[in-house]
Amino acid sequence: MAKSLGPVKRKFSPWADPSAVPFIRFENITKRFGTFTAVDNLTLDIYEREFFSLLGPSGCGKTTLMRMLAGFEEPTEGRILLQGKDISGVPPYRRPTNMMFQSYALFPHMTVEKNVAFGLEQDNLPKGEVAARVEEMLKLVKLEQFAKRKPNQLSGGQRQRVALARSLAKRPKVLLLDEPLGALDKKLREETQFELMDLQTKLGLTFLIVTHDQEEAMTVSDRIAVMDKGLIMQVATPAEIYEAPNSRYVADFIGDINILEGTVTSTDSALGMPGSVRIDCDGIAVSVEQECQAVKGDKVAFAVRPEKVRISPDQPADISANAVYGEVWDIGYLGDFSVFLVKLADGRVVRAAQANVSRLVDRPITFGDMVWLTWPLDAGLVLTR
Amino acid sequence: MKSSRFDATVLTLGFAFLYIPIIILVVYSFNASKLVTVWGGFSLQWYRTMWSNQGLMDAAWVTARVGVISATIGTVLGTLAALALVRFTRFHGRMLFSGMIYAPLVMPEVITGLSLLLLFVAVGIDRGFWTVVIAHTTFTMCYVAIVVQSRLLTFDLSLEEAALDLGCPPVKTFFKITLPLIFPAVIAGWMLAFTLSLDDLVIASFTTGPGATTLPIKIYSQVRLGVTPEINAICTILIGLVTIGVIIASISTKQTEMRRIRDEHVAARGTT
Ligand SMILES: Nc1ncnc2c1ncn2[C@@H]1O[C@H](COP(=O)(O)OP(=O)(O)OP(=O)(O)O)[C@@H](O)[C@H]1O
Ligand SMILES: [Mg+2]
Repeated sequence: MAKSLGPVKRKFSPWADPSAVPFIRFENITKRFGTFTAVDNLTLDIYEREFFSLLGPSGCGKTTLMRMLAGFEEPTEGRILLQGKDISGVPPYRRPTNMMFQSYALFPHMTVEKNVAFGLEQDNLPKGEVAARVEEMLKLVKLEQFAKRKPNQLSGGQRQRVALARSLAKRPKVLLLDEPLGALDKKLREETQFELMDLQTKLGLTFLIVTHDQEEAMTVSDRIAVMDKGLIMQVATPAEIYEAPNSRYVADFIGDINILEGTVTSTDSALGMPGSVRIDCDGIAVSVEQECQAVKGDKVAFAVRPEKVRISPDQPADISANAVYGEVWDIGYLGDFSVFLVKLADGRVVRAAQANVSRLVDRPITFGDMVWLTWPLDAGLVLTR
Repeated sequence: MKSSRFDATVLTLGFAFLYIPIIILVVYSFNASKLVTVWGGFSLQWYRTMWSNQGLMDAAWVTARVGVISATIGTVLGTLAALALVRFTRFHGRMLFSGMIYAPLVMPEVITGLSLLLLFVAVGIDRGFWTVVIAHTTFTMCYVAIVVQSRLLTFDLSLEEAALDLGCPPVKTFFKITLPLIFPAVIAGWMLAFTLSLDDLVIASFTTGPGATTLPIKIYSQVRLGVTPEINAICTILIGLVTIGVIIASISTKQTEMRRIRDEHVAARGTT
């Protein structure tokens, strides 16, 4: 049986099908503000019914990308295709996209109800239908009893939910959500995440979402794009992004990871195992099983996620590779996990995470303990970029 | 302690300086005597005779019409000018135009009046009611533009974008979103324009013609023949109108403020 990266959430992968036509295509898009380049020659395909996330540090151009799709900014270069048609020059009010603004942008002189109804009224829907849809939306975001309030009579989280309801009300072909759940508490946020996913599959909409919450992106997305300074670093499924990042940047940006810089000492044939790479990380010998372009002598990085590193006070049988020895320097207790920071003799710190599978531990590891960290051949990654 | 008494004295003197002339005017408008400087007991007779002073009443009517028409046109044009200056940031010479909108504020009225007069003569328009309206529109427009401009600078553009995004075309967006939100500033601009027009003597005297004597011109010409208690009476009414206007304006802003505070209280309690 072929190995897979993580669990398979749903059978949906149009991006793997070369004959599939992208729903939205950003084609060599560049956006400059004066001399500042906010988006840099970016090409990206998004497919119909996809739940697509943009992740990246503040100021990397996520909102700018969305605003170009919504029609508020024209690309300096390149074009955007929607269902194969170039939409440059189409004004925002004729685009089949709706956006939820980072600042909510609720109309302060209208009640919650009126805000949500606004988009529907523009389509000249019959009154009864508008009212029914508004009610449905307010129910979805649990704001039925606030229908008659003005936006400034609501709390931050409530406002955010009104903005969400307003952007969803028209059931646009493409919904752009700029940090839609940032102001919600964890529980409501998780509930809303699942409601969004449910709605998206039920109505067959295409969602493009910006978030700073990696867990959220992992939960909701079919694919994630990791951005940096106007460039896309990697586009892949959540599991691929996490388990097979293509660069130091993505590996470091998503989740927690140990990165050790090193040099390839041998690959593949020399070790006699297909796809094996040996790396010397300043005295730490590492062996990885991976398809990899690097050849002997290349400077690469070795990366391994803390939860794949085993921690033990006992010396493992084989210490020729993938084993380091050090002192426990700090412990982070997170409830479900404990994270151990282990300081090696040369001062480098390697992190190991252990699931707290039982409530009581026989031989707890504590500060100052000398421990061995080990990981299997397929746990780590070689990063050439 | 000492300094606070000093403060109180300065304040009293300052306000006395400002208001005593006005109080004297108001008091003498109720004077029974025809002599302005001699108190002859309380009477409302000047308010009665004032109404039968046809010249004064005609002038008041002209002023009211000039004020309403020029303030309204000036408000529409001023608002449009403000929108252009704030929104179209990319056209060349925007800085120049922004600066130029202030020019009529600092320009001596004599010069504004004279240049308008020259314009009307050159174009060959007969001077009268409409030339005054045009003249007042041109200078009140700048004040409206400045008032509305300062409101637009703090206007959250994403509100308009949200409306466009929801399928509302630009012109409709202006009337459904932008205008309702900047309306208080537009009304303030209109009030300012109306009072300025009501008050103007210099520009009106340059640009007026036969049959279009405004109240300030009328009062000024009558005063040159001697102050009559009737003038005091009509001035008192003017003062009353302006005061009521100011009070209404400040009450309405205070109420908006109160409502905002109350809303925030409701919001704080309504957090779920
Ligand atoms: N109208 C503009 N004029 C000039 N620079 C702009 C403009 N809009 C955005 N930028 C710049 O472009 C860059 C990208 O901005 P953008 O809003 O897309 O960031 P973002 O990825 O959404 O960040 P955040 O996560 O903080 O919302 C920023 O450096 C920003 O300063
Ligand atoms: Mg943003």
